Amino acid sequence: MSYAGGAGMSANQLLVDQIAEARQRRSRRWRAAFLATWAVIVTGLVAFILLSVRVDTTFLQKTIPFILEGIPITLFLAVTSIFFATILAAFGALGRLSPNPYLNGVASFYVSFFRGTPLILQILFIYLALPQAGIVLPAIPTAIVALSLNYGSYMTEVFRSGIEAVPHGQTEAAQSLGMTSRTTFRRIIAPQAFRIVTPAVGNDFVSMIKDSALASIVGVQEVLWRAQTAGRPSFQSMQTLLVAAFIYWVLTILFSLFQGRLERRMATGDRVQSRRP
Amino acid sequence: MTAEVRVEHVIDPAERPGHLVKPGAEPVVKASAIEKHFDANHVLRGCSMTVYPGETVTILGRSGSGKSTFLRCLNFLEEPTAGVVQIGGVVVEADPLRQHRDRAAAARIRQLRLHAGMLFQEFNLFPHLSVLGNLIEAPVHVKKMPRKEATELAETYLAKVGLGDKRDEYPSRLSGGQRQRVAIARALTMEPDVLLFDEPTSALDPSLVGEVLKVMESLAHEGRTMIVVTHEMAFAREAADRVYYMDEGQFVEIGPPEQVISNPQDERTRTFLARFLHG
Repeated sequence: MSYAGGAGMSANQLLVDQIAEARQRRSRRWRAAFLATWAVIVTGLVAFILLSVRVDTTFLQKTIPFILEGIPITLFLAVTSIFFATILAAFGALGRLSPNPYLNGVASFYVSFFRGTPLILQILFIYLALPQAGIVLPAIPTAIVALSLNYGSYMTEVFRSGIEAVPHGQTEAAQSLGMTSRTTFRRIIAPQAFRIVTPAVGNDFVSMIKDSALASIVGVQEVLWRAQTAGRPSFQSMQTLLVAAFIYWVLTILFSLFQGRLERRMATGDRVQSRRP
Repeated sequence: MTAEVRVEHVIDPAERPGHLVKPGAEPVVKASAIEKHFDANHVLRGCSMTVYPGETVTILGRSGSGKSTFLRCLNFLEEPTAGVVQIGGVVVEADPLRQHRDRAAAARIRQLRLHAGMLFQEFNLFPHLSVLGNLIEAPVHVKKMPRKEATELAETYLAKVGLGDKRDEYPSRLSGGQRQRVAIARALTMEPDVLLFDEPTSALDPSLVGEVLKVMESLAHEGRTMIVVTHEMAFAREAADRVYYMDEGQFVEIGPPEQVISNPQDERTRTFLARFLHG
């Protein structure tokens, strides 16, 4: 390349172009290496499976539909539980921020206890221990109650920090306009806090899709339970568990795509008012 | 609690109404002997102020002298330690121990706030609402005004601050100067008796200060009652009827701008202004 080339093009312009070109080259190279890494890992895994087990196609033809039938149950558990968890978390967060010592005490006990014990223990406790006290819940409600209570306790803290993240000036502006604390919260603070916590709630939903697999321990016929049940008798768990893993993986990827779109849509207005333009 | 709190007002000889005030006019704002302690820090030491309809009053003073705290005490965003505030006929007495903290007291403070529109250094627009949404939020949800009526009112005031074309924009897409003008329109849409400005141009890029001051000057000239905490000397000189100079939590000099700014009597005012005007 010579500096003389290009009529009217200054040396500076040439340099700018060269820098842009180099940057593009670097990013192309980076993407190629990135994709190659994925290709190597996936090929390796597939090769390992094909070499280590004899893939029984007639078995898979029979079992894959059986496992797929678990998807609606898995999604039902996750969607219902995230719904109740969100409601619990909203009340929990209000309690944690309340000046009332009783409400605050109840909310902080809830968070401490349900965050401090294993989810699987909570499921088993509701299913196996509560009947001793005369409370008997079927398997699916057990899973929903446990998932809701457990996720609700985590999300309480998320919601609380979301509410606290709304700048204090918003409260002052609302109050100087004569709003009551209730109107201030409902009309000004809550909508902004909701936007702040949406990504976190989305992440919790992804976790919930996977943690709903714990419901298999009390016999809920969701994806993991079906995979286990189909694979165990004939020692073909490698195939069935891989199918289940793939299903969860695809579900979370699909939801992540949906979440990205949701967040872009909610970005009307701005999340945080910047101090200077 | 009764509403007949006596407002004992020690009128400073300098605290006379400006020349524009009609004799016998009732004051819009009457703050009496306001005290404020932040723990051991005695920020306000007995500040009184009387503002008559149509007056523009500016409060000058060094940073940390208590100007903003005084303004925030007027609408109880800051609870005064002692003193009485009367705005637009609503009287609220300081109740630092919250002995009478009940719904009635909270409601009276809200009533007081309806008579006083507040402008903040940081604008504090609601980012999740459009410009129009910001303006009609309080009229609709506090005053229970029909949405249509509120919208018409909002459009009038948006036009007044020169932003009639921005009603559907979101605050994030506006410049700082435009945001502050929207905030002014938002306060005006509540039709308060007095506007309280807390350093409205301090967070602005110097090139954007002018458009906000222009709006404020036109409000002053059309007879709005305003109390303005500011460092903008030119605004104080041009638009103010009276200037209060605050030092260490007290008003040490009160008078028309040509007296306080151009010919200050108090030593502290002189030193402060010398820095501003000459250097």
